[in-house]
Amino acid sequence: MTRVTSAQKIAAARAEGRPALIGYLPAGFPDVATSIEAAVALAENGVDVIEIGIPYSDPVMDGSVIQEATVQALANGFKVPQIFDIVRGITERTDVAVMVMTYWNPVLRLGVDEFSRRFAEAGGAGLITPDLVPDEAAEWIQASEKHGLERVFLIAPSSTEARVQRTVDASSGFVYCVSLMGVTGARTEVSSAAQAVVAAAHNAGAENACVGLGVSRREHVEEIGAYADGVIVGTALVAALRDGGVPAVGALAAELSGRA
Amino acid sequence: MSTPENSEHRQSIDAQSLRHASGPYFGAYGGRWMPESLMAAMDELNETFEAAKNDPEFIAQVKDLNKNYSGRPSLLTEAKRFSEQYCGGVRIFLKREDLNHTGSHKINNVLGQALLAKRMGKTRIIAETGAGQHGVASATAAALMGLECVVYMGAEDTRRQALNVARMRLLGATVIPVTVGSQTLKDAINEALRDWVANVDNTHYLLGTAAGGAPFPAMVRYFHEVIGDEAREQILAQAGRLPDAVTACIGGGSNAIGIFHGFLDDPEVEIYGYEAGGDGVDTDRHAATITLGRPGVLHGAKSYLMQDEDGQTVESHSISAGLDYPGVGPEHAYLADIGRVKYEPVTDTEAMDAFKALCRTEGILPAIESAHALAGTIRLAARKIAEGAVPEETIIIANLSGRGDKDVGTAAAWFNMIDEKDAEAEINAATAQNSGSQKSEEK
Ligand SMILES: Cc1ncc(COP(=O)(O)O)c(C=O)c1O
Repeated sequence: MTRVTSAQKIAAARAEGRPALIGYLPAGFPDVATSIEAAVALAENGVDVIEIGIPYSDPVMDGSVIQEATVQALANGFKVPQIFDIVRGITERTDVAVMVMTYWNPVLRLGVDEFSRRFAEAGGAGLITPDLVPDEAAEWIQASEKHGLERVFLIAPSSTEARVQRTVDASSGFVYCVSLMGVTGARTEVSSAAQAVVAAAHNAGAENACVGLGVSRREHVEEIGAYADGVIVGTALVAALRDGGVPAVGALAAELSGRA
Repeated sequence: MSTPENSEHRQSIDAQSLRHASGPYFGAYGGRWMPESLMAAMDELNETFEAAKNDPEFIAQVKDLNKNYSGRPSLLTEAKRFSEQYCGGVRIFLKREDLNHTGSHKINNVLGQALLAKRMGKTRIIAETGAGQHGVASATAAALMGLECVVYMGAEDTRRQALNVARMRLLGATVIPVTVGSQTLKDAINEALRDWVANVDNTHYLLGTAAGGAPFPAMVRYFHEVIGDEAREQILAQAGRLPDAVTACIGGGSNAIGIFHGFLDDPEVEIYGYEAGGDGVDTDRHAATITLGRPGVLHGAKSYLMQDEDGQTVESHSISAGLDYPGVGPEHAYLADIGRVKYEPVTDTEAMDAFKALCRTEGILPAIESAHALAGTIRLAARKIAEGAVPEETIIIANLSGRGDKDVGTAAAWFNMIDEKDAEAEINAATAQNSGSQKSEEK
């Protein structure tokens, strides 16, 4: 299987003169089959890169909407190895890049190399790691090189220039620019800090700097797209899936991508 | 300074001494497994702490508060009747952290960190609490130093420790019951971290135990080292020699690392940490992290962790809210691996028996957390005697980390000392009080 990377999808979007649209959904919410259908709906409605989150018992970077969804996924019996089935289920039916967003302990528990191998075999592009910084990532850097996976680390408005540089140097695919100091959750306006974070990433040599946290509307996508290489939407999609099921996810994706 | 970036500091354990391990790593444990958003704050804290440690003015401030506010040095009391009746005559000395202002060792760390918060120009502190002792201590330090204070506490714990909730509110703190997850200490830490990410500009997260990302484990230990330093000096003065063993209970491990520190470099002193065994380690209701956990990352540090085969944190159980935590500080993980400290579980029943024993023999009402150390001490004394030790020539120091005033309700219920009707009335009163103060908070 030829794997589609986030770098390829972001480059393709750039060639069309638009920012890449990156959509987040939790694995196993409300169940494994629906999470695959919802991801396929994203792909069919203009999302370039899909981020599947692994539900975790202690999601310190998540606000209440995503917390509630992942708690429900776990209560419904989600098991970490099912992530590979979900990734395979999406990559077999779409041509999007599939990233997995995961807190680090589930990966450590399975084994970093083992996780990476199985993820790559399922067609996954790379990992987004909200509680793993490059400082602690030696094992992951080695495994990702070995299995050809992208490493997406985060930078924040609070990151010093030195830390931005270090993070950009350690990342591949794209750099996740956290738009504000806070946890995930839809907000009415996009933080004004986002543009500075993207500029810092670009200055440090990042080819792809994508903005996430608080993005929920088409206007946000347009506004951020003016300076960033990709726009990441999470909570709004999760809320749509919760309230309106797969059709609602597809409709919101179409709106966000400007197709609706 | 030691930051995780400096790889030479990965070699954090000095070959000759175990006492002053600076972190960020303790063998394979420790580090900073946490979001990038918090890295700048962790660096700032580390720099402030390193500078303060070398600043005579800061050292003098801490000393002054310890002496004239907390009431240090805390006593080292020989527990003669407890020794005769429960320990076969093995001499038992209690390090009396229960006598500190606010009733436990927690005040040592809180005063130090609150001073650091002021040095960093922060105006607000947040804290997690399980038993409420750390929350009370944080609220106290905030009142003393004019800082705003918000305490996150698992909703289940606010019920178990209703009196401490009221104490915190009286001291001017806002107590936020955490209703997500298992509604206990680990979830309170998650909520505190979420608050910190959003408010890091003006807020210091005053973590209450020797866990978390660097520099917390080494910093929290530093402020508790006074326990071990005093105990060592006191036992030399009172018994003329070092003890044969030192014991403490292990929640996240702060009171333990504080007293252990004084004796880590004395190979003739055995060191024991007692974890909460809950209903027993052959059940799934316990908090014996080192005994049964395996390495993983939680709340910023790599350490032993109670987790399932998927790496999901498992809920812990203990009669003691302060020990009801599925993680443990990374320095303990290291000390366990190298065998310098032995960690054993103590069940709820053993702890409550020891609780009552101390009440009846010494007139000291211990915290249920500390009762775990007492139960372990009773077991250790019996083992020493079985191994041929002469009881009156054997000395054990147990860290009495706190007093049991907060636990009177739990203990009275355990021993069936209140009749059903009264117990119900008490619970109703506590609930009414809880919801009453919540309302006033929302105004
Ligand atoms: C009296 C007392 N002892 C012990 C503990 C456990 O914490 P640590 O292991 O950090 O000392 C607590 C925590 O609340 C406590 O209140």
